[in-house]
Amino acid sequence: MYTDFEIDALKEIGNIGAGNAATALSTLLSKKIIIKVPQIKIIPFDEVSKSVGGPEKLVVGIFMRITGDIDGNILIIIPEKDAYNLTETLLSKEKDGDLDFSDMEKSALLELGNIVGSSYVVALSDLTKLSLKVSVPSLAFDMAGAIISFPLSLYGYMGDTAFLIDTEFTEGLDGTKLHYFLIPDDESLKLLLKAIGVNTIEHIDPSGNGGV
Amino acid sequence: MSISIRVGMAEYKAAKSPATLITLGLGSCVGVVLYDSFAKIGGLAHVMLPDSNLSSKKDYNPGKFADTAIDALMQEMSKLGANERHIISKIAGGAQMFQIKSENNIMQIGKRNVEAVRTKLSKVNIKIVAEDVEGNYGRTIEFFCETGELTVKTIGHGIRIL
Repeated sequence: MYTDFEIDALKEIGNIGAGNAATALSTLLSKKIIIKVPQIKIIPFDEVSKSVGGPEKLVVGIFMRITGDIDGNILIIIPEKDAYNLTETLLSKEKDGDLDFSDMEKSALLELGNIVGSSYVVALSDLTKLSLKVSVPSLAFDMAGAIISFPLSLYGYMGDTAFLIDTEFTEGLDGTKLHYFLIPDDESLKLLLKAIGVNTIEHIDPSGNGGV
Repeated sequence: MSISIRVGMAEYKAAKSPATLITLGLGSCVGVVLYDSFAKIGGLAHVMLPDSNLSSKKDYNPGKFADTAIDALMQEMSKLGANERHIISKIAGGAQMFQIKSENNIMQIGKRNVEAVRTKLSKVNIKIVAEDVEGNYGRTIEFFCETGELTVKTIGHGIRIL
């Protein structure tokens, strides 16, 4: 599928995006943020939810759609407990006993998604000189499997595996974690590689498209 | 103790009583249960997408698409001894997890999955006797081949037995 060189190039793209997003998140929370080296995951659909604790794990998902020169999806997954911690930090008050999120808390998390999502994409756009737009974020608080299935299902037309660039953000002191998934649409991956000057070795393409 | 068989995304499995079939965290996907109550043979397909004609590959997994998963599942059930004329259906899932306005209809994949499942079932003359579809929340479903009951568990939207 992809060569090691291409995978490394995509990791670097993820790293640059995540670096910018981490700076923005750190400013927002006034806390130190650590990012792990992004992981490129090409895995069966069923295994994606495992990386965030299993299909029934309760999580907050924030979804944004990228459009422009390339298309794709951003999905930020925050485990339940970490989402509570984040709302407490963002709103500077303790979470009430209610397990669900109030409108105010949801809106704070959406804003966090917005800032992290767009700063990642801005860095991506600067690096690749591609023109990219990010949609308004949308939030769901539900089972991880249900949340992740939507952006993944679109891959179903292309094959039996999903392609994700997964970056884990950790907030230094409390260990609050969130996962940032960049899920480019299939064709967009090639364009993304091309934009940073990585010429994909042309596999035989009967349609004659996509030649480099 | 009955055996519990897990059906993952894009999979389909058939089983005999007293087994149960379970699928976790259905979002936009649709869980299609087929059941022959005489033979007590059940089947569950975890459908991801509506239409196999849109697949860019020819050798796709039939479990992914509404129009192919149901045929494949019926074959599996026939192998166990189910009678096609006795088969009824229960369906759950097809939610729209994120509310985003979009120029194209990919956001409404859940709804389109449900429609495609309905169309296919009526084409093969299988009656839908119960359903819990759409909405904006995830579902975990378990089907009991012994009783023919389908339990639908949600977070914050209660438990239902179909």
